[in-house]
Amino acid sequence: MSDSTHSPTTPPSGLYGLAADWSGDGNTFKVPWGKAMMWVFLLSDTFIFGIFLSGYMAVRMTTAEPWPNPSEVFALQVGTTSLPLLLIAIMTFVLISSSGTMAMAVNFAYRGERRRAAVLMLATAALGASFVGMQAFEWTKLIVSEGIRPWSNPLGAAQFGACFFMITGFHGLHVSAGVIYLTTVATRLLRHRPSDGEAPDDGRSGDESRVEIAGLYWHFVDLVWVFIFAFFYLW
Amino acid sequence: MAYPEHEHAPHSFWTRYVWSQDHKVIAVQYTITAIAVGLVALVLSNLMRLQIGFPGRFAFIDANHYYQFVTMHGMIMVIYLLTALFLGGFGNYLIPLMVGARDMVFPFLNMLSYWMYLLAVVVLMGSFFVPGGPTGAGWTLYPPQAILPGTPGSGGGIVLMLVSLAIFIVAATMGGLNYVTTVLQARTRGMTLMRLPLTVWGILVATIMALLAFPALFVSAVMMLFDKLLGTSFFMPAVVSMGQALAYKGGSPILFQHLFWFFGHPEVYIVALPAFGIVSDLISTHARKNIFGYRMMVWAIVIIGVLSFVVWAHHMYVSGMNPWFGFFFATTTLVIAVPTAIKVYNWLLTLWRGDIHLTVPMLFAIGFVSTFVIGGLTGLFLGNVSTDMPLSNTYFVVAHFHMVMGVSPILAIFGGIYHWYPKVTGRMMDDTLGKLHFWVTFVGSYAIYFPMHYLGILGMPRRYYAYDNYAFIPPSAQQLNAFITVAALVVGAFQLVFLYNLARSAFNGKPSGSNPWGSASLEWQTPENPPGHGNWGPALPEVHRWPYDYSVPGAEADFLPQTSTSPLGGDDAKPDKDTP
Repeated sequence: MSDSTHSPTTPPSGLYGLAADWSGDGNTFKVPWGKAMMWVFLLSDTFIFGIFLSGYMAVRMTTAEPWPNPSEVFALQVGTTSLPLLLIAIMTFVLISSSGTMAMAVNFAYRGERRRAAVLMLATAALGASFVGMQAFEWTKLIVSEGIRPWSNPLGAAQFGACFFMITGFHGLHVSAGVIYLTTVATRLLRHRPSDGEAPDDGRSGDESRVEIAGLYWHFVDLVWVFIFAFFYLW
Repeated sequence: MAYPEHEHAPHSFWTRYVWSQDHKVIAVQYTITAIAVGLVALVLSNLMRLQIGFPGRFAFIDANHYYQFVTMHGMIMVIYLLTALFLGGFGNYLIPLMVGARDMVFPFLNMLSYWMYLLAVVVLMGSFFVPGGPTGAGWTLYPPQAILPGTPGSGGGIVLMLVSLAIFIVAATMGGLNYVTTVLQARTRGMTLMRLPLTVWGILVATIMALLAFPALFVSAVMMLFDKLLGTSFFMPAVVSMGQALAYKGGSPILFQHLFWFFGHPEVYIVALPAFGIVSDLISTHARKNIFGYRMMVWAIVIIGVLSFVVWAHHMYVSGMNPWFGFFFATTTLVIAVPTAIKVYNWLLTLWRGDIHLTVPMLFAIGFVSTFVIGGLTGLFLGNVSTDMPLSNTYFVVAHFHMVMGVSPILAIFGGIYHWYPKVTGRMMDDTLGKLHFWVTFVGSYAIYFPMHYLGILGMPRRYYAYDNYAFIPPSAQQLNAFITVAALVVGAFQLVFLYNLARSAFNGKPSGSNPWGSASLEWQTPENPPGHGNWGPALPEVHRWPYDYSVPGAEADFLPQTSTSPLGGDDAKPDKDTP
């Protein structure tokens, strides 16, 4: 590029060089537009979940009544023994596994094995759907057998129900949206032949990077779950 | 983006002007909607002033109405006018043109953003028509009073307010993702980050801040909706209301204040940073001189953006907090004065020995510097815990924030509209009417807000409906209040001059030519004016320099456009460039 101000042979060094590199023109850090936007969106969504969890922690500290014991509330009765955190262990295992299948899907998509990629994405979506199903089971148990409501809680602080339903509900909506999103991208992957993809150079996403972008979202939702798990079930 | 595809320009009226995905049309839609809703807020403020200036004279303004006017005026002005107009209006119009892109990266999402914004406005306006009227909780919506009976609009009004805010945040997120991605990824060849006009820098950083600050408002709106509708107790302690103990218990009203201000303080800079950027560009262009200290201006914008996330509790000194927290938040607050002062000095040094053209946009830009400095100086009093305590609930605060984030951003908006109007319509706005509008608005703003500082130091409390029987308020305060009201009515009425000018010039204004201000930045270098669909004709422009090459020694014209390949001038302020 003909640049009148810097001679091309002596790029600036040190911190100036770093700043000059980072502030280069659009070609410097060229990624598909959708990918850049997904990262920015996830950053914003991180703040939403971060603030939800901060609010939960603040309320848990200010409430006057005792917080229910997580290893009792979240226990599952199997036969005569009560197993703490059994259900949630399975749910977490399922969701983390779905991140594995998602990563494999991205790999196969870039290798051009579109069919396998699509199947793995559908498997990811199925694991996500079963997570939501188990969550519905857990909610039912808390509401029907324990009598916990957003506004009241026979086991202690009413804020327990309020925070739990609000935050796991918001996360569950994210997982459900993800299931729909993954299914859409997988269907598209099956229908299109490689030649249908747009030219990769124009900033719009080809089918492979669509898979990767969906993967970013899915891994994020899993990561958020790790924090919700730690703050609700282990604290 | 391949150009031939983009030749599918929309042809019918509906696809071109209503369901448009063109950033330029969406920008105009945003701007007109924001101005319309801003007019409602302007009328509300004048009604409030009628009550304070001439108490009891206007029987239809009772206490409940007064609080509703206060609340709606504040919320509309901050969110639905300023935020929407800077990001949705200026951001949409200027970003693609200034970075050399054909449109936003996701035009459909951009269109959705506008329609969601319109929906938010409609829901908000709807709250005027529900039983009990709009909420009168104050624009900060502090619980517990915001949702308890006794506060006007504690039924449908507060619910619609919270729903409208949530919708607005969705709209702002959809737009904001577009703006950030467009600036980062769709810049044309040669357009490095350090060649972006400061307007784009201001809008970019403000948008990133919006994406990180609005989540706090979103979460608190959701929680308060649950408190109101489901009976949860996030923000509600045990309360006795109207003689009855309510079912709420154990929640924390202070938590809401923290969440609200974690959004609320960055919000101040979300509307200030685009104003900074616009004013920088106006001053440089109309003083025919490169902006002084471009790199420092960029860094100041970024640093202000970062700092504004760690100062929020200075709005809560009177709520009570550990003195060490007060110390921390006072320190961070006062540190912001450093980058802000850098910006003010750089504006002044840009004007220094410039070839100053007192055009209407320039008048507004200089007016902005004046009001912003005044508002910033009073901020020093309010940023310190010990001086904030006595002043916090008085008109001193009203005067402070109206100068710094009411009048100042509005002046920048007016300046921006007068400056870029020829770009949007191909016609100039009327100069005489513009100058009339400026002088009345500028002098009138001082007439309104300067006396409020005195009233505040006298101890006149803000948010009161009437000031009868307070021994410490002398009768002369009432005369001052009447004076302020008259000034406010005059300023309010003269905004009609602006609207008339805006509407009339679109059809009868003097044709502007392609670059009436002799501006160097990229948006004025389009092949057509106003730019056609796709902005740049067959080939994207190539950028060779920063946008501030004015009065370059040795150059033929008094400016070198960013697309010029001349060896003269060039990036950045080289230390020796200003000295002959």
